[in-house]
Amino acid sequence: MAYNLKKEVEKPERLAGGHRLCAGCGAGVAVRGVLRALEPEDKAVITNATSCLEVSTFIYPHTAYYDSYIHTAFANGAATMSGVEAAYKTLKKRGKIDDTFKFIAFGGDGGTYDIGMQSLSGAMERGHDMVYVCYDNEAYMNTGIQRSSSTPRFADATTSPAGKNIPGKIQNKKDLTAIIAAHNIPYAAQTTFFGNFKDLHEKAHKAIYTEGPCFLNVLAPCPRGWRYEAEDLQEICRLAVDTCVWPMYEIVEGEWHLTYEPKKKLPVEEFLRKQGRFNHMFKKGNEWMIEETQQYVDSQWEKLLAKCK
Amino acid sequence: MAKRDRMSGNEAVAIAMRQINPDVMGAFPITPSTEIPQYYSQYIADGKVDTEFVAVESEHSAMSVCIGASAAGARAVTATSSAGLAYMWELLYVAASARLPITMAVVNRALTGPININNDHSDSMGARDSGWIQIYAETNQEVYDNYIQAMPISETIRLPIMICQDGFITSHGVSNIELMEDEEVKEFVGEYNPENYLLKHENPLAVGPYGISPYYMEVKRSQAQAMKDAMPIIMDVAKRFEKVTGRKYGFFEEYMMDDAEVALVVIGSSAGTGKEAVDRLRAEGRKVGLIKLRVFRPFPRVPLAEAMCKVKAVAIMDKAESFSNSGGPLFNEARNSLYDLPNKPYAINYIYGLGGRDITVEDYYEIYNDLFIINETDDPGDVYRYVGVRDSRFGERGFDHKKYEE
Amino acid sequence: MKTRAKDINEKITWQDVTTGAEIYEPATSLLVETGDWRVMVPVFREENCRHCMLCVPYCPDSSIPVKDGKRLDFDFVHCKGCGICYKVCPFDAIDFIKEEK
Repeated sequence: MAYNLKKEVEKPERLAGGHRLCAGCGAGVAVRGVLRALEPEDKAVITNATSCLEVSTFIYPHTAYYDSYIHTAFANGAATMSGVEAAYKTLKKRGKIDDTFKFIAFGGDGGTYDIGMQSLSGAMERGHDMVYVCYDNEAYMNTGIQRSSSTPRFADATTSPAGKNIPGKIQNKKDLTAIIAAHNIPYAAQTTFFGNFKDLHEKAHKAIYTEGPCFLNVLAPCPRGWRYEAEDLQEICRLAVDTCVWPMYEIVEGEWHLTYEPKKKLPVEEFLRKQGRFNHMFKKGNEWMIEETQQYVDSQWEKLLAKCK
Repeated sequence: MAKRDRMSGNEAVAIAMRQINPDVMGAFPITPSTEIPQYYSQYIADGKVDTEFVAVESEHSAMSVCIGASAAGARAVTATSSAGLAYMWELLYVAASARLPITMAVVNRALTGPININNDHSDSMGARDSGWIQIYAETNQEVYDNYIQAMPISETIRLPIMICQDGFITSHGVSNIELMEDEEVKEFVGEYNPENYLLKHENPLAVGPYGISPYYMEVKRSQAQAMKDAMPIIMDVAKRFEKVTGRKYGFFEEYMMDDAEVALVVIGSSAGTGKEAVDRLRAEGRKVGLIKLRVFRPFPRVPLAEAMCKVKAVAIMDKAESFSNSGGPLFNEARNSLYDLPNKPYAINYIYGLGGRDITVEDYYEIYNDLFIINETDDPGDVYRYVGVRDSRFGERGFDHKKYEE
Repeated sequence: MKTRAKDINEKITWQDVTTGAEIYEPATSLLVETGDWRVMVPVFREENCRHCMLCVPYCPDSSIPVKDGKRLDFDFVHCKGCGICYKVCPFDAIDFIKEEK
């Protein structure tokens, strides 16, 4: 069915206002975008790894979810959801429940790329019928912008600060989507908030309605941690995509497909310049940082294009 | 009709699980509990049960699976030991605070440092404040019986429960036990029908909030009340169990306590050796007794204190160090429970059996002997003692009451 | 035990908190007014709106209601005034101004 934003936004809301995420937070946009892909007649159980999202969307006694929800800890979003899904299978098999439920786990990059990696890998390998969504804001925002393995090189984070001797984070960002795809799951994709949300919506729908373990990596900017004006969310995401810093693609049964190719690939500077976390890269004498970032993005992009052929 | 059979404690637990056929099992191998998921997965493979068996990649995930499944409305079980239990640590608290009645077979094994696969109670004793009910067993029969009683207790009060057995001793050791009929077990344990669960049709459920300071303490207080309220439930279930099987259980068992002058308080399989020592000493006319603690959480403070007060001196036996410089966990709680009583006995702590060190009948003789000396001299000496450790001051026994003062 | 979120507040006793701190209703966060976080406020200029709906999915706070193919005025009880919608709108149908309190 062709994507129709007007129809989609008329669906019943799945994430209520009144949650305590910061103004302009990408996490809320990501959750709404993914949950909008649920068919209204289907129920869902949602879990969060401990994260900004978790401590903001269920503060006792206020849940922002219309669906059932569970939080347990930081490292185990995927394992917790595995248990819920296993219960669903048994209770369904034993005739105790009738409804159709979908199982959607959200974790930040800390809870996914780092501490939650093991439980995520386990859940993907075991083949639970669930979707794991990483809302990737490229640092531990909940504890105050510490570097994670998702933080890009040179970013100024509070445990990889830019200083006189060390220019921000030393390492490149981990390629999580490729790692998860290597589990040979039926569907994995990378997306963000782009245009009329067609890309995110279609990927979320596929992930939710493909049987088996599926994975979405959603770039979800954090205005506080990235140091940009909250109102610029759409622009930041567009630049991430059009500079190929955050390519949008999907891996369907092992086949890689680019879902968007910039007509004109923009220089990475345009993405970096908007954000305070990269300020030091624009100081005189630091041009090499931008050059090396450009080289890295180019080489990753070429590799991705090769996989997508 | 009951049937007798020879089997290990691990197999007995697996059979109890088969008779119950729980909804979900989170499984990860660790010695000496590994056989439980092994046996159980074979039952599934053979079509005897249809539990969802989730063979996870760690104990952390095993407990996470149980929590997710239990919140979703399923009866969830797992089994673990030692480092596995330690790896579950943060989730133990989560399970208890979310009031999820998960049943876990804990096959007690020493915690690493250095690594050791044999029995002591350092794993579950370390988890004593996590909010789980803990029930311990002396024999394979008790392991089985405790497991059958676990779900009726935990599901009624909505607290998770550890059924503890001693690694290798009551996990791998084979003995005759009496099994209940499958139908009897099904009837005794019943169906699990929680009031609210994630997959409920009528209303959603949200579990595991951020509990800010204005609520956190009220949530904890209410959880503490549940542990208190578990006391009568444990007794009710034991009474119901006795009606079906004729086997009687309580918070603890008193052995030859009626006219005893001195006694031991001990947990688990070591009580068997202790009873043998009691029998032999009784044959010599010495009035000794033994209290075998079955329920450690909730701690049966009042009845245990009353039982200990029957004697003039008790030796409280800990198969776990707590490095507190004031004795092991059982000692601290048991001795504390005596504080308000006017005629309290002397209470002495013995740390014993760490990492699988045997405790022998002879060790118990010496301990009883110490207690008689304390009685006679009215001098308890140092109350924090070891037994069975090589000590350059005392020779092999590790403690000598007469020499200790030197 | 109080079972409804509206009855649970910082004055209730431990006997009244829900078992396991569970909540049995959907979307109780709607009881929380996050509108008072605003410094800036979006202003809906309906006359310019072509109801393209682009602003709706970009709102992190689910504060742009939609009914019968039309977007309605903001839910000011929950809108935190982030301004994303104002930047997203292609038709100048949203102003973003300092809020007078």
